[in-house]
Amino acid sequence: MAAKTLTINGKQISAEEGATILQAAEEAGVKIPTLCHLDGVYDVGACRLCLVEVTGVPKLLPACTTKVSEGMEIKTDSEQLQKYRRLTLELLFAERNHVCAVCVANGHCELQTLAYSQGMDHVRYDYCFPKWGVDNTHRLFGMDHNRCILCTRCVRVCWHIEGAGTKNVAGRGSKAKIITDLNMPWGESGSCTNCGKCVQSCPTGALFYKGSTVAEMERDRSRLEFIVTAREKKLWVASD
Amino acid sequence: MDGNMISNLIQIKEQELAARKKIVLRCCMAAGCMSLDAKGVREQLEKAVAEAGLQNEVEVRGVGCMRLCCEGPLVAADPQNTLNIKVTTKNAPSIIAALRDGKTEVSRTDPNSSFFTKQLSIVLANSGVINPERIESYIAADGYHALHEVLHEMTPREAVEALVKSGLRGRGGAGFPTGLKWGTVAKSPGAKKYVICNADEGDPGAFMDRSVLESDPHAVLEGMAIAAYAVGADQGFIYVRAEYPLAIARLQIAIKQAKQLGLLGSGIFESPFNFNVDIRIGAGAFVCGEETALMASVEGKRGTPRPRPPFPAESGLWGSPTLINNVETFANVPPIYRNGADWFAGIGTEKSKGTKVFALAGKIRNTGLIEVPMGTPLRVIVEDMGGGAPDGGKIKAIQTGGPSGGCIPAQYLDTPVDYESLGKLGSIMGSGGMIVMDDTTNMVEIARFFMEFCMDESCGKCVPCRAGTVQMHHLLNNIANRRATARDLAKLEELCDMVKHTSLCGLGQTAPNPVLSTLRFFRNEYEELLQPDPFGPPSNGEVKKQTAAMH
Ligand SMILES: Cc1cc2nc3c(=O)[nH]c(=O)nc-3n(C[C@H](O)[C@H](O)[C@H](O)COP(=O)(O)O)c2cc1C
Ligand code: SF4
Ligand code: SF4
Ligand code: FES
Repeated sequence: MAAKTLTINGKQISAEEGATILQAAEEAGVKIPTLCHLDGVYDVGACRLCLVEVTGVPKLLPACTTKVSEGMEIKTDSEQLQKYRRLTLELLFAERNHVCAVCVANGHCELQTLAYSQGMDHVRYDYCFPKWGVDNTHRLFGMDHNRCILCTRCVRVCWHIEGAGTKNVAGRGSKAKIITDLNMPWGESGSCTNCGKCVQSCPTGALFYKGSTVAEMERDRSRLEFIVTAREKKLWVASD
Repeated sequence: MDGNMISNLIQIKEQELAARKKIVLRCCMAAGCMSLDAKGVREQLEKAVAEAGLQNEVEVRGVGCMRLCCEGPLVAADPQNTLNIKVTTKNAPSIIAALRDGKTEVSRTDPNSSFFTKQLSIVLANSGVINPERIESYIAADGYHALHEVLHEMTPREAVEALVKSGLRGRGGAGFPTGLKWGTVAKSPGAKKYVICNADEGDPGAFMDRSVLESDPHAVLEGMAIAAYAVGADQGFIYVRAEYPLAIARLQIAIKQAKQLGLLGSGIFESPFNFNVDIRIGAGAFVCGEETALMASVEGKRGTPRPRPPFPAESGLWGSPTLINNVETFANVPPIYRNGADWFAGIGTEKSKGTKVFALAGKIRNTGLIEVPMGTPLRVIVEDMGGGAPDGGKIKAIQTGGPSGGCIPAQYLDTPVDYESLGKLGSIMGSGGMIVMDDTTNMVEIARFFMEFCMDESCGKCVPCRAGTVQMHHLLNNIANRRATARDLAKLEELCDMVKHTSLCGLGQTAPNPVLSTLRFFRNEYEELLQPDPFGPPSNGEVKKQTAAMH
């Protein structure tokens, strides 16, 4: 495959044709914040944290879905982008009930980590305090809608890695909600294979193993990676 | 008789013209008048004609929209050139009586008033004239002749070039050059290609596309067929919003009739060209009008937008190159080929060619549908055609572009309506909604109304739009209720900027426009509502910077 040369933050790099800006940046050691992206499943460009500036393009482009092209000049860390990222995180924290101190994912949460790394030290918008419930009907897993950021990672792993098609999005706007099957309690789902891939994929404390308590919910992404590598490269290797 | 011959078309046209009666009473059968029992009026007219024994002289014809919707039901008489307004089932028979003695109980309006004479009908040329439920009526108005000519006289490439030359731009909102789009789809490699007509018309107050579909459905079908030939597609979809049952019914009739005459289907006009059209009923969300969401919906998926590129022209329906245009865009196509690209390019302004249909509404005397050449000053539309604000009110602003647009204050009334001029004033042409506001209108209210619309219609996929519209709406609420400070206004402006630049699709990217444009011209109305601020300036990310600076 042909290689493309481009610059990221002034640094000249090369990338494989067909690679996304995110992949190219990662390879070049440039960290771009992401939230809806998950290695192994297709990207949807929904969280908008990975937006970058490309010279000559008037719009900001999501690094996760934009393919590299020859001579591209990319900027990932301008003042403007950093500000937008903080605002995006602020909006997420105000949207549902992210009370880290009592969350199973405290300390292992991607949303929390991003807030630290991006310098989001205040939420200036009024908290919405919506009344979302917790679905504890499943034998092994729980889902706390209050902590869901609608990244749809769980939906994508469920459909495209597991192939069960249990998780879905219903409703729209701020009323959008992750559902199981035709909006039934998870425990009554006929299609759920109890594989737990959604739990592994979730960036926050929204999906968890039952029995985990505050700060205990850690994820093992290598389990997802193992399957994806096996399927795509026909290699049955675990990255330890 | 061979169903595919041009001679057949000519024959139909001649028969139709020969059967024409001396007097034609045109009764509006579009949704506006239908809601006021236009159907009953038509029945009464038919009955009165029969009773007067005038069946051989008078034709009572159901037609599409006659523009002046606020005065409906409308009945026009030819060749008397009278326009009867607010006709009821009771007084309808007196229209027949008037044919004899000229006396009538029914109110009339002057068909030579500015509201009508300043219009230039290209898209609406057949609207209010032909019977939309009879293909013969369309053929008599030279319908499907352009398709025949294109199939036999032009290569697909020449067809695209003609459209480029016409300068037509998309009427669905963004004004993208239509010829360029056709050319891209034509050049995209792929054995299977699709043509989609976007009839999801979701802007509050807009009904241009509905009227076109109800009044002249064949024009849209013919435009789609020409497009399909030009880009190399053989399947078309019309995505109509479910709230338009009459438009859907007329489209179904039109498709059936066109198939019967061999104008849709296989081997159209004895050429190798095949084209079929299917209707898809909208899924009931505003965002389904966005092209990538619309395509997902046609595929049977949840109607949410996806990032572009790839654009539909390269990868659209089921991954195939897809041409997607608006109803009005397609309706412009047959006249362009019938009269020539140069004719079309001679109308309008340098960069905006042809006409634009607007749904005129709000605080204005004459509301209804108007079609004017691009570049017509707003003042002509609002004052001459619209008759100004009713009850001696003063016009304050004009809203164009619906929830994606902005408010143009009265001091800019001399602005010509074209894509660039409206854009410069922070509004957009949009799909054609035009709402006139008088001096009783509260601009913060307007901004809040449109923000609520965007908040409710956000699909929820991307964070800035889903959560940002909620916060912007909340801030607007606080401002309107005198619970906000200058700091809140600053937060609102900051969010407007962020949502505009970071949202995934056009809905989020344009949702802040009504706020930004009212802030630009009516900032004082916001500031008057602000309360004193007991706290300091906003801070997010500031603390870190300050502490860093201290060390
Ligand atoms: C939220 C949203 C809603 C839209 N709704 C419509 C619509 O109802 N009708 C329409 O023709 N275009 C609509 N559009 C524009 C379409 O995405 C697309 O640009 C258009 O159909 C292209 O046709 P044109 O080039 O003929 O204008 C909408 C866009 C957005 C972002
Ligand atoms: S449950 Fe978790 S993975 Fe699923 S959408 Fe919500 S935050 Fe994302
Ligand atoms: S901008 Fe709004 S409507 Fe568009 S994808 Fe994002 S959430 Fe959905
Ligand atoms: S990671 Fe690219 S938009 Fe979320």
